[in-house]
Amino acid sequence: MTTAISASGLVKTFGRTRALDGLDLSVRTGEVHGFLGPNGSGKTTTIRILLGLLRADAGTAEVLGGEPWRDATTLHGRLAYVPGDVTLWPNLTGGEVIDLLGRLRGGLDPARRRDLLERFDLDPTKKGRTYSKGNKQKVGLVAALASDAELLLLDEPTSGLDPLMEEVFQECIREVKADGRTVLLSSHILAEVEALCDRVSIVRKGRTVESGTLTELRHLTRTSINADLARSPNGLSSLDYVHDLEVDGTRVRFQVDTGRLDEVLRQLTDAGVRSLTSQPPTLEELFLRHYEDPDAQLPAARHEAAAR
Amino acid sequence: MSAIANSGKLVRLALRRDRIVLPAWLVVFVLFAAVNAAAVADLYPSVASRVQAAGASNSTPSLVMLYGWIYDPTAIGAIAILKLGGPYAALVGVLAIILTNRHTRSEEEAGRLELIGSTVVGRHSALAATMFTMVGAGVVLGLATAAALAAAGLPVAGSVAFGAAWTGLVLVFSAVTAFIAQLAQSSRTATGLSVLALGVAFVLRAVGDVTGHDRHPTFLTWLSPIGWAQQVRPYAGDRWWVLLITLGFSVLLYAAAYVLASRRDLGAGILPDRPGRATASKALRSPVGLAWRLQRNALYGWAGGFLLMGLVFGSAASGFGELLNSPSAKQLITALGGEKGVTEAFMAAVFGIVAVIASAYGISAALHLRGEESELRAEPLLATRAGRVRWAWSHTFVALAGTTVLLLVNGIGAGITYAAHTGDGADFGRLIVAALVQLPAVWVLTGFVVALFGLLPRLTVLGWVVLAALVALSEVGPLVKLDKTVLDVSPFAHIPKLPGGDVTVAPLAILVGVAAVLVAAGLVGFRRRDIAP
Ligand SMILES: Nc1ncnc2c1ncn2[C@@H]1O[C@H](COP(=O)(O)OP(=O)(O)OP(=O)(O)O)[C@@H](O)[C@H]1O
Ligand SMILES: [Mg+2]
Repeated sequence: MTTAISASGLVKTFGRTRALDGLDLSVRTGEVHGFLGPNGSGKTTTIRILLGLLRADAGTAEVLGGEPWRDATTLHGRLAYVPGDVTLWPNLTGGEVIDLLGRLRGGLDPARRRDLLERFDLDPTKKGRTYSKGNKQKVGLVAALASDAELLLLDEPTSGLDPLMEEVFQECIREVKADGRTVLLSSHILAEVEALCDRVSIVRKGRTVESGTLTELRHLTRTSINADLARSPNGLSSLDYVHDLEVDGTRVRFQVDTGRLDEVLRQLTDAGVRSLTSQPPTLEELFLRHYEDPDAQLPAARHEAAAR
Repeated sequence: MSAIANSGKLVRLALRRDRIVLPAWLVVFVLFAAVNAAAVADLYPSVASRVQAAGASNSTPSLVMLYGWIYDPTAIGAIAILKLGGPYAALVGVLAIILTNRHTRSEEEAGRLELIGSTVVGRHSALAATMFTMVGAGVVLGLATAAALAAAGLPVAGSVAFGAAWTGLVLVFSAVTAFIAQLAQSSRTATGLSVLALGVAFVLRAVGDVTGHDRHPTFLTWLSPIGWAQQVRPYAGDRWWVLLITLGFSVLLYAAAYVLASRRDLGAGILPDRPGRATASKALRSPVGLAWRLQRNALYGWAGGFLLMGLVFGSAASGFGELLNSPSAKQLITALGGEKGVTEAFMAAVFGIVAVIASAYGISAALHLRGEESELRAEPLLATRAGRVRWAWSHTFVALAGTTVLLLVNGIGAGITYAAHTGDGADFGRLIVAALVQLPAVWVLTGFVVALFGLLPRLTVLGWVVLAALVALSEVGPLVKLDKTVLDVSPFAHIPKLPGGDVTVAPLAILVGVAAVLVAAGLVGFRRRDIAP
């Protein structure tokens, strides 16, 4: 197993803004890697560094075995990029832009181009200024997907696409993956990430706060338990992996770190379980937990503090 | 009134955005006016000398075309504003066009207007704000110019009339631009069409004046806003009522712009968009191919303008008769910026002006680099194998080659009409050489913008500032008797005065060298820096 992208300790400052603050990223060859984080957390900045458009102040980055700044031109022949806001030349048609970008990248497959135009339902004869937001985005997508690039760097590529087109996009990415090509997908659309990504990295304030498969990440969050017991439970409140505990006679409600589910269930069965519902964390909860600023006093945190 | 709600805030925003450009332009114009007036006043102290000079000018068709008539030969003011009312009036128009477009279509294209449009501002607030800003700018320009002329010792009433005429020019061309901006599909087209309208106004006035006889222009002059400005006849009757035509026309055009604005969608023009090619042509396969594609329409337009200018100037130069060998005429020519050998000095001076305009093209063409970068259109290209230097070279190349084409067609145009008059085929070649010899200076300015782009991308606007400063230096410098070492800062100062003058290769070679170094610095600088939106 090789890595397509590896970055460690990336730092990038713009004046007083520290956009990246020691970011690490590792993307394996052939995987679809989700790149998530709140607005302004440094995703676009990272992708620009990987493209050699920006030079990192510190840290190292390797893309397809090369150094993105130094080997920019050679690497660019092997990758394709779709920005989150595709800007087109007002008087060039979408078809012209697709061809131009394809040629500059080293050629594109006309059959695939035709196929993609059809699937994305894109009219290539319209002038750049007359495309809607979603259609501009499609021009960028078709240009990138029609190439043979080994690596696709996609920065919120589906912003503005309608659900139907979102479906087409996901299909295309699955085909890319089936070809053994690699995708780095920055996205705010959790359903898209869940549907496509093998692994994800979550960044906050320029640092990677979590990285792993979705299953692994789920493991790190909490499951809600709602149980009716035969006796009132003992010792639940002393367990540091049990949170937000509410006891109402024999009824208990709490959250538990998913990794310790087994231990807590054993405790419950000791007290005799009459009924039990458990709710695994939703993806939203999972991400929100990572997105939230731990320094800020959040409602949940305050609640916890008060309970203690 | 709600359609223009909160325009005041937008005016403040506009003024903030223009806090450097606008005052700089105003200062330059007022300075020109003051220095010109003072210099001419020194030159013709007696009524007799004025009558002689004015007579010479009025009987020289080329001067009438370029500057217009002197309506009162005895009035020093009427002579002093000769240059200010002609070519400079056109420059005032250019200012109005650029500023107006900056706040209407180009804002709209950048998407900023949409953002503003969605806040609590009325549908027409942006247009109204632009109008208020331009009216304000025009009034300030008029007042300052009037004050400067009066301070130079010219009669107050005439000075106010002249200032008002310039205010009128700002209004008219701002209105023309606002109107055209609603029709055109893009900001560049809008600027192009507006400048074309300005050119037509200039030519109408020139032809209307020259085809009339002694101080009685034909109706063509009355079709031109620049003609109206001159027909106010400052210092020669002060015909205030002519200003009403200007005002009425401006109001009409602005009203039409409002009507059109309410009929069209944001980002679109009234003129429809036709579908284009589904696939790219063979030529569109490299950065240079793209740069050419993006810039060619503008270049065609500029080239047409330069050809026309050449044809007009060539025929104007043919109009110098023996008359101009009289001492007073020579003195006048000297005052207007020429040297000896009147016809050739006139042509050399004209090519000097042409070089400045070509530099403006060079700067704006090279500025595409910065525009493409900051609008994020460069990013997808730079993420391909195109390479940074190749991409940056593409627009640089179009700028350098474009300026060459412009000077060439200008020389050809001038050569055709001039050689047709003299019947000497060699004159054709001499005028082409005279036009092309300006290139090294033009390239230095183009190279300067490329260097700025590579090294100080956020300060590329300095290209315009430096051009304005150089023009001010060469126009005002000799009049206030600046030291030669200061004047020699300008690349234009090192261009031989052709036709007629001597050619030394060394300064030209050095200028080309400087341009090459500047371009190289820009390309290398760009390769080493971050892409900056
Ligand atoms: N050229 C720049 N100059 C100054 N600051 C910048 C520049 N580019 C990015 N930043 C800042 O760096 C930080 C990271 O921005 P970045 O665009 O990488 O965020 P992002 O994760 O892509 O956010 P989003 O989800 O909104 O796209 C932000 O605070 C942003 O304001
Ligand atoms: Mg981003």
